[in-house]
Amino acid sequence: MQPATPEFSQRAVSRVLEMVKDPEIPVLSISDMGIVKDIDLEGEVVTVRITPTYSGCPAMDAISQDIQTILTLHGYKNIRIETVLAPAWSSDFITESGRQKLLEYGIAPPEKGAGKAGLMHIPEIACPQCGSPHTELVSEFGSTACKALYKCSDCLEPFDYFKCV
Amino acid sequence: MMTMTDQEMLFEYLLRLGDNCVILGQRLAEWCGKSPVLEEELALMNVGLDCLGQARLFLDYAGKVEGKGRDEDKLAFYRDAQAWRNLLLVEQPNGDFAKTMARQFFFDCFQYLQFEELTKSADKTISEIATKSLKEISYHRRHSSDWVIRLGDGTEESHARMQKAIEELWGYTPEMFDMDDLEREMVAKGIGADLTALKPKWDAMINQVLNEATLKRPEATWEVRGSRIGKHSEHLGFLLAEMQFLPRAYPEARW
Repeated sequence: MQPATPEFSQRAVSRVLEMVKDPEIPVLSISDMGIVKDIDLEGEVVTVRITPTYSGCPAMDAISQDIQTILTLHGYKNIRIETVLAPAWSSDFITESGRQKLLEYGIAPPEKGAGKAGLMHIPEIACPQCGSPHTELVSEFGSTACKALYKCSDCLEPFDYFKCV
Repeated sequence: MMTMTDQEMLFEYLLRLGDNCVILGQRLAEWCGKSPVLEEELALMNVGLDCLGQARLFLDYAGKVEGKGRDEDKLAFYRDAQAWRNLLLVEQPNGDFAKTMARQFFFDCFQYLQFEELTKSADKTISEIATKSLKEISYHRRHSSDWVIRLGDGTEESHARMQKAIEELWGYTPEMFDMDDLEREMVAKGIGADLTALKPKWDAMINQVLNEATLKRPEATWEVRGSRIGKHSEHLGFLLAEMQFLPRAYPEARW
C-alpha cells in the first residue's frame, strides 16, 4: 500500500487519529476518551500529546504504537508522541458521543462532575441493558483500571460502569 | 545532609516516594491467582497496577534528576535492599487477607494525606504526579477502609483476624511520620510534605474507621524504623530476589 500524501493541518491529523481506538474499549476512539491533549505541527513534524487515564494504564504503550502506525500509514514521517500528566485526566474529558457509544456498548458511562465528592460516594447507576435504576455495586474494581463492576437487580445482568474520576 | 547537592536530595526524596509504590505494588501482585474471591483478585491487581504506574512516574523522574543514565527499570531491578527507601510497612508480607487490607488501609490513609500536600509542591513534576495519583488513592482508601470495617465488624473469626493484623503492623506506622534532615529540607523548599502535620489527620481517619469496625486501637508498645537509611526488615531481600531475578539473569530481555 502506498502511503497517502499527508496534509499538514491539525484537522487532518485529528481525523486520522479518530481511527485509533482504545484497545480496552474498541468502540471508543482515543479522541472520544479525551486521551489526545493536543496536536502540534511544526513544518512536517507532528507532535501528538496524550494523557493517561490511570497512572498504570497498560493501554498507553499500545495507544502510542497505534498512533505511530496510523500516522505512518497516512504518510507522516516525523512523528513525536509525548505523554503529559497535567491537567490530570478526568472522566469528564469523555465526549458526549463517547458517552453514547459506551452506553450502546453496554458500559454505563461515568457520572458527570468528577471531583472529590464523586470519588467518595457510591453513585446510583442505571443498567445499560434495561435502563433500570435498581442496580448494585459488585466490586469497586472491574475488568480494567477504569471500570467498576455492577449488577442489575431487575434484568440480573452484570455490567461495567466507567468510573467517575 | 549538608554534603548533598540539591539534585542528590531531590533524587533521594523521589526514591522515598517511588519505592513505596514499587514494593507495595509487588506485594499486591503476589496475590495474583490466590485471592479469596474473583472480585477481590481484580481489586488487588487494580490497586497494584496503580501503584506500579505511580512508581514508574516517580522512578523515571528520579533517573532523570540523577542524570547518570539509570532509567525506571535500572532503578527498580538493579538496586539491593540497602539502597531502597520504601517504608518498612509496605514490605511486610501479605499474611492473610486481613493483614493485607490492614497494611493497605494504614498506607492508603498516609499516602492520601501526603499526596494531598504534594499536589501543591513547588516541583511541577511531583505536583502533577500527585494530582494524578490522588484520584486513584481515593479509591484505594475507600476500598481498604470498607474491608477493615467489614472484617472488623463481621464474624468472631474475621474480627479476631483483623484485630491481630492491625496489632502486628502497628509498630511500623510511626516511621511514616518521621522527619529527618532531608524531609525538613524538602518542606523548606516547598517541595515536600510536612509529615508531622499529617499525623493528627491520619490518627483521626484511622480512629474513625477502627471505631466503626469495632476494633481496638493498638497500644504503642513497640516501634521499628530504619528505611530512610536503608535498614529494612528481613522480608525485603526475599521480595527483591523474586522481583529482580529475571532482568538480572537475562539482562536486556525484552517482551
